[in-house]
Amino acid sequence: MFWVLAPLTVFAAVGMLLVKKAVYSAILLAFVMIALAIFYIAQDAPFLGIVQIVVYTGAVMMLFLFILMLVGVDSSDSLVETIKGLRGVAITTSLAFAAALTSLIARAEFGQEPLGLASANANGNVEGIANLIFRQYVWAFEVISALLITAALGAMVLAHSPKSSEARLSQRARSVARFRGASIGTAAGLPGSGVFARHNAVDVPALLPDGKPSDLSIPSVLAERGDVQETKRYALDGLPKLDEEDK
Amino acid sequence: MNTSTNIVYLIALPLFSSALLMLLGRKADKWGHIFASLISASAFFVGVTEFFAMCSRPEEARAVTQKLFTWISVGDFQVDASLLLDQLSIAFVLLITGVGTLIHIYSIAYMSHDRDQRRFFAYLNFFIAAMLLLVLGDSYLNLYVGWEGVGLASYLLIGFWNQKPEYATAAKKAFVMNRVGDFGLSIAIMIGFATFGSVSFSGIEEKVGGASETALTAMGLMLLLAAAGKSAQFPLQAWLGDAMAGPTPVSALIHAATMVTAGVYLITRSNFIFDNAPTAQLAVVMIGIITLLFGAIIGTAKDDIKKVLAASTMSQIGYMILATGFGPAGYAFAIMHLLTHGFFKAGMFLGAGSVMHGMNDEVNMRKYGGLAKFMPITSITFGLGYLAIIGVPPFAGFYSKDKIIETAFNAGGLQGVIFGGSALLGAIITAFYMTRVMLLTFAGNKRWASDAHPHESPFLMWAPMAILAIGSVASGYLLYSGKAIVKWLAPVVDKDHHEHVEFLPPIVVTALAIAAVVIGVSIALLKNRGEQSESAPSDVSIWTRIARRDLLQDDANEFLFMRPGQEVTKALVATDDRVIDGAVRGVAASAVGSARGLRKLQTGYVRNYALLILIGAAVILAAMWVVTI
Amino acid sequence: MNPTNYLYLSAILFSIGAVGVVVRRNAIVVFMCIELMLNAANLAFVTFANMTGNLQGQVMAFFTMVVAACEVVVGLAIIVTIYRSRRSASVDDASLLSR
Repeated sequence: MFWVLAPLTVFAAVGMLLVKKAVYSAILLAFVMIALAIFYIAQDAPFLGIVQIVVYTGAVMMLFLFILMLVGVDSSDSLVETIKGLRGVAITTSLAFAAALTSLIARAEFGQEPLGLASANANGNVEGIANLIFRQYVWAFEVISALLITAALGAMVLAHSPKSSEARLSQRARSVARFRGASIGTAAGLPGSGVFARHNAVDVPALLPDGKPSDLSIPSVLAERGDVQETKRYALDGLPKLDEEDK
Repeated sequence: MNTSTNIVYLIALPLFSSALLMLLGRKADKWGHIFASLISASAFFVGVTEFFAMCSRPEEARAVTQKLFTWISVGDFQVDASLLLDQLSIAFVLLITGVGTLIHIYSIAYMSHDRDQRRFFAYLNFFIAAMLLLVLGDSYLNLYVGWEGVGLASYLLIGFWNQKPEYATAAKKAFVMNRVGDFGLSIAIMIGFATFGSVSFSGIEEKVGGASETALTAMGLMLLLAAAGKSAQFPLQAWLGDAMAGPTPVSALIHAATMVTAGVYLITRSNFIFDNAPTAQLAVVMIGIITLLFGAIIGTAKDDIKKVLAASTMSQIGYMILATGFGPAGYAFAIMHLLTHGFFKAGMFLGAGSVMHGMNDEVNMRKYGGLAKFMPITSITFGLGYLAIIGVPPFAGFYSKDKIIETAFNAGGLQGVIFGGSALLGAIITAFYMTRVMLLTFAGNKRWASDAHPHESPFLMWAPMAILAIGSVASGYLLYSGKAIVKWLAPVVDKDHHEHVEFLPPIVVTALAIAAVVIGVSIALLKNRGEQSESAPSDVSIWTRIARRDLLQDDANEFLFMRPGQEVTKALVATDDRVIDGAVRGVAASAVGSARGLRKLQTGYVRNYALLILIGAAVILAAMWVVTI
Repeated sequence: MNPTNYLYLSAILFSIGAVGVVVRRNAIVVFMCIELMLNAANLAFVTFANMTGNLQGQVMAFFTMVVAACEVVVGLAIIVTIYRSRRSASVDDASLLSR
């Protein structure tokens, strides 16, 4: 069984590296984890194997898939390497690493025949592990649970969006604010050009949208001739005075 | 050995005075010179009392010691700061303090116009103290302290007028060449300690019988090197001529009477070493002969009166060194010549200073001439010194030089003839150039500069000259009558009372010596008669030119030592710059370069970093694999 | 059935996972490769438990599973957050630490 599953695991891992789409990598990783769970069970660690499937494959990998959904399911890397020479050096280094590790393992002397876990699992694997966790390693256990809680808090803090703390105005409130704005512009928009024009003489300047007269609206020929009026008088807020004078 | 408590005053008095004058500074300007001279006179007084005390003691008890304090005490090596006053040192003590005091008195007048007079006297006192320590030390190490001290004093005094760069350079030259000699003395002390386990004179003298002749020869040669440095012998003689840059009293005291004789003292004190190392003795004799001829030849060609006297000093010390090379037969005569030379050479230097004082500090003899009428006392005292140095009987130099020539001949065989013949030749040349000096300076036509008005020197200057002239006349006879000096020094240098072999009968040697004098004087009279020119003649033979250039001694030193030394220094500087600094800069550059390279690792890509982690893990596994093989 | 074979399988799966972490660019696929590495380690633990006759290996594997679950939760939350702001799930985009 080992000799079937182990090569498959390796292929899956290599494939995880090589595929372009991230979702495929996630699925391959899930495959690797399930295979590992089977290995755990085969080595007299049934508790751990089930935990692997439930926690790791079930929760962690699904979490990965959710994030992939958020980030973009079809986001893919181009497999062209941007940093020069990185790929070659990385593959060489990790081959050397693997070679060193395997040769070290091969040379390692274990000192005794591998004992099975028959006696350790005498009362059942769960009891055995519980015995260790809640007696010898209870301190580590407590610390790790504190770590878990901290991680959850951290995730909440990180995921918190600042925008959601602002108050959202209701529709009615927004409408009221619109009509009570500083100028007519917030309510109905500003009028088109020429609505407030009082004269159409050629030497009276036109008004810009904010009420100021524009010198550009008077032909320059008139300016050469000296036949112009003072444009400032024709500003929008000076019009009442002009009306008085006209009367 | 008896102890005494007075010896230390000889050194302490001048040392205290020197320190006081240096520390008080300008405050002591008014009385510093008088105080220093009084201190020097008091040291002479102590010396005289010690001498008479020594004379009154029986011969075996004449030497006295005084321990000052324990200086070095390291494991088995113990050196005390002790003083030894025996027959040899008392002679030097009297010479140093006596001539020293006379020169102090002379300097009161000579340096009276100098602003730094007090500093001069402080240095003079320091020199006296150091020289006394040199001759009173009871071990090579104590001698070395004094040795260094006189070297320092010489440097300070030669470069006294250090405003002039040439004088400062001359002082440096003297100090550096002295240093080479000091190196020899250090090596000698080291050899002495290694061979005998002790550095004191008595300690080494006891064990000298058991040492190998190689060790003794090596030590002797190193001591010779030290003596050559201090006494301006070949090959370390080039500094003496330049040392005339110092004031004339300095030249008289240090470079005529005392410091340059320290080498002779060293060799005489180490007689037990040289007597057992014939090769070293032969080296001493050779150096003596080379130097006495060297100095004499230079003296013939110089026009500067002080440089002639310096060359003459070099030559006369060559005689002394020659004498010390003959073992117990010669030590006493070397010391006798040293003492008489102290009188007449110091006297002549003071006379030269007097002439310079009267001629506005002119040193060129070509600008002198006919001064005898104008400076009668100076010319008489100088003349007496002249007669002494050329060896006219019954003046001092005759006795001492004659005895040295006789000892040279008594070495026997062909060697004796060569040694004695060279000494005679030196005597001829000495007579020649000293006569030339007399003729150029005091006789002949007047070749003065226009502003010169020669006059006799003041009392404080001619009185010491007169006293020294009396010494030049009488000291020879006094020292030799009844072989006094030989018997006096015998306990120090000639313990076993060797019988001295006679090669030629003494009367023959005396005749030869007098003949040499006559020949020299005649040649000088012949060559220098008639009008002398004001400037040195330029159409002279190649030999004269070489002699004028000090027999190329400076050129040789430059070629052999200075230029290679400069090249070595340049190479070292270049090495320091390029190699050592380059290495430092290279480290910095490699740090920057490697940092630049390593920066490329930081690509920012997570996958690169993950790959590096994987590589690291693979490396660790590989290491484990290798380790467990 | 020699349990050592399981160890070899574990080693091979681990290295395949290591290569996958380095080579793939999609952050979620990288995560899945990390999961593969963790599972390979679990397999090794269980095998050792079998070989030593001691349940401690299985307890270790159990705890590893729990920790892996926490890690997946937090990691995926981070990926979602990054995806929301950048609209891309490529690992190469976080390259601001380059020189």
